Amino acid sequence: MSVTDLAAKIRAGETTAVAALEHSLSVIAERDGELHAFVEVQTERARERARTIDAAVADGKNPGRLGGVPVALKDNLCQRGTVTSCSSKILEGWIPPYDATVVTRLMEAGAVIVGKTNMFDFAMGASTENSASGPTRNPRDPSRVPGGSSGGSAAAVAAEMVPLALGSDTGGSIRQPASLCGVVGVKPTYGLVSRYGLVAFASSLDQIGPFASTVADAAELLEVLAGHDPMDSTSLTSPVPEISAHLSDGVQGKRIGLCTDLVEGSDPEVVAAVRRAAEVLAAAGAEVVELSIPELRYGLSAYYLIAPAEASSNLARYDGVRFGNRVDGVDVTAMNTATRTAGFGDEVKRRIMLGTYALSAGYYDAYYAQAQRVRTLIIDAFAKAYENVDLLLGATSPTTAFEIGSKVDDPMSMYLSDVCTIPTNLAGHPALSVPFATGSDGLPIGVQLLGPGLSEEWLFAAAAVLEGGAA
Amino acid sequence: MSLPEGWNMVVGLEVHTELKTATKLFCGCANEFGSEPNTNTCPICLGLPGSLPVLNEGAVELAIRIGQALFCEVRPSSFARKNYFYPDQAKDYQISQYDEPINAEGHLDLPDGTRVRIERAHLEEDTGKTTHLGGSGRIHGSDESLVDYNRSGVPLVEIVSGPDIRSAAQARAYAAELRSILIAAGASDGRMEEGSMRVDANVSVRRGPDAPFGTRCEIKNLNSLRSIQRAVEYEALRQINMIEAGETIIQETRHWDEDSGKTSTMRSKEEANDYRYFPEPDLVPLAPSAELIQKIGAALPPMPAQRRADLTALLGGAITDAQADHVLSVVESNLDRFMVSAVTAGAPATLAIARVANELSAQLPKAEELPEADFSALLLLEHAGELSATQAKAVLADLVEAGGGDPKAAAVARGFEALETGALDAILDQVIAENPGEWQRYNEGDDKLAGFFTGKVMALTKGQADGKAVNTGLRSRRG
Repeated sequence: MSVTDLAAKIRAGETTAVAALEHSLSVIAERDGELHAFVEVQTERARERARTIDAAVADGKNPGRLGGVPVALKDNLCQRGTVTSCSSKILEGWIPPYDATVVTRLMEAGAVIVGKTNMFDFAMGASTENSASGPTRNPRDPSRVPGGSSGGSAAAVAAEMVPLALGSDTGGSIRQPASLCGVVGVKPTYGLVSRYGLVAFASSLDQIGPFASTVADAAELLEVLAGHDPMDSTSLTSPVPEISAHLSDGVQGKRIGLCTDLVEGSDPEVVAAVRRAAEVLAAAGAEVVELSIPELRYGLSAYYLIAPAEASSNLARYDGVRFGNRVDGVDVTAMNTATRTAGFGDEVKRRIMLGTYALSAGYYDAYYAQAQRVRTLIIDAFAKAYENVDLLLGATSPTTAFEIGSKVDDPMSMYLSDVCTIPTNLAGHPALSVPFATGSDGLPIGVQLLGPGLSEEWLFAAAAVLEGGAA
Repeated sequence: MSLPEGWNMVVGLEVHTELKTATKLFCGCANEFGSEPNTNTCPICLGLPGSLPVLNEGAVELAIRIGQALFCEVRPSSFARKNYFYPDQAKDYQISQYDEPINAEGHLDLPDGTRVRIERAHLEEDTGKTTHLGGSGRIHGSDESLVDYNRSGVPLVEIVSGPDIRSAAQARAYAAELRSILIAAGASDGRMEEGSMRVDANVSVRRGPDAPFGTRCEIKNLNSLRSIQRAVEYEALRQINMIEAGETIIQETRHWDEDSGKTSTMRSKEEANDYRYFPEPDLVPLAPSAELIQKIGAALPPMPAQRRADLTALLGGAITDAQADHVLSVVESNLDRFMVSAVTAGAPATLAIARVANELSAQLPKAEELPEADFSALLLLEHAGELSATQAKAVLADLVEAGGGDPKAAAVARGFEALETGALDAILDQVIAENPGEWQRYNEGDDKLAGFFTGKVMALTKGQADGKAVNTGLRSRRG
């Protein structure tokens, strides 16, 4: 049942928010012991909330667009009164005294928040293996990773524990796990969804977005989340795209570029899936052209300077002084050091060191500033491409879901998982991954659609076409 | 005090001023001094995970006012992060302006005519306040440290002068003039004792006015005009003594100890932080429109230099050195409005400046609350001879203490009732009759005896007679 249908039935009294929640809780109870998609299930709080929604319906009130729909939150989104730890040791047990703007919007829309989902420690890895509470497994094959860093949210939707979940995408952390788990995942235009209450990793790249089973459901959730927020200075003031209203517009007359730089180097089955997606779009009336944007090849290098640089500063506050874990020392510097040594995982430390180095006196120009110049090059290259095409098509992930443990000790190969998704974040553009094929290993393959800033209406309409033609 | 023969000093000041906004720079918490610790806080100024800054428009306007008052170019600007670990730094980075400050390339003219360049005046946030208890009383080696985040995120403007100051007295004069400008612009309350204006001084010395600059030392956190002058003087002499003893000055940050009157090493250049500045990704660039800048500039009230010129004009233009000192101090202590008000009401300018510079100044900060009209009314009574100078001063003290009031009523309350002219005449006649010898000598031209008669009259009237009226009476009776 689609999210719109579920919400409509709850509104009409044909089913209840309590029933929808209990269904979620039973699937979680059945499967999460193995999968570990959730770090926290807020059973009683969710039940109380579901009863409130049902009572509102009984009173003849409209509970909202997502009235009674169960939703899961990635563990880096602040929810008042609930532990928000980014699945890290250093923030273990930290309870924010405030709600993220997206949480407020979900509540205003009547959603029932079921719990917090597992993630890669501070959102810094493509597998959701390095989490303080242990790895999440891929529902399609539990020996495989779900992708990451929003692996818990992707797995929760793929295992039908919840119809909707929120993730965050800094270099592909929504789209890559969506592809690996066989669900829809969207990285909206930078600034379309408020970041207020999203624990920052790399502020100029982070963006919150939806996971759903279908393109239509993802649109429904994104429309609830989107819109200007005065609490976020980078929040856009432009009108929110009317995504649902344009969902059936198709791709007739659209020019879509198959971007070879976002396909080459991928597994042959992934390449084949993207080529077939191009055929589906062409069959639906789009003019598909092949093009290359060579500048995108530098995206990965630029990203691994800019994101760690921002992270090194964003994560400085985890110093043991006011929140999270503290390890005592003889003086404040020793306490800071002991706390950070014990509290951060290896990958987090690696990126803090990379970023600190990139910003240091004498290295800034060669690394951070150079990376920013490359970022500008990429933005310009995208802009030039979008003079000729409306949307771009490429792979989401170069591979299907890999074995747990196969890349966790090899940072470079883990970083390469995001090679196709990173350029979008550098440009601040929207992109989404839609499940399109199944590999010979039986694992899902998603394809990626990219568009210029605020092109969500076209992107979703094209994704709906691909969804219809998926194998 | 002056430097040894052949030596010159070069000084530049960095002044941090808290802005007088209702709320903090990036959140809605109250910008208030003296509240219970950690009561004016929220997720943003506590740097909680997930929180984001939103720039306070009021702070931007005050920063532009400062820029305009210092003849700066107000420019499109941006924010950066200055990264360093310290417990009172909520996010372990400070949001500040780095390579693109809102104000640049202005100047400040000292009352002595010296022009000091203003390199920049940029916006940034203040830190919290740490109190170290027990042990060493400093961050390393104390038993515990308490942090109050009420000040965290309070808006600051840092004003950086060029290296154009050439003496300790000039350094003091620069800080005093800047303080007056900040108060006049409505940007700051200028309360150095509360830390709302804090001064760091960069000091170096050289042999002769044209020699290249020497190695500088920065003295941190000078919190009164007096300490600025003393610390700069001390530091210049220290450097000269070192050089003359064949030692080399090392660039470092130094601490000023008010009690010992000495500076001491805080940290050397090698120990200085690498702040790793980079553009603040959570804020967007700031580009105030030309109209806004123009509007803010046009609405600025008169600055101290103009106000000194106005007072000088009220005093008739050509003024004595003593009056010039009064004019300077009256404007510096922001009390010139009392003089203007009294003169406008009809009191003589010489009387008004004397009462403001001598009496009102002595009763700061309480004097600031006195209604100007009460002050003017009192001076008119004194000018009309209804109160003697001594009485007027006493009544003024009472009025300031009470925060204002009717000067006539205050005089009555003290028992100062001006003598009727008839009553004074009778007493004068009586005193002359009782002292015929003195009266004769006075009549023969011994003017000193006027004081003798005035004293007699005052004794008889218990000080209630107006000295001027007594003098007039004596002169009119002189043969």
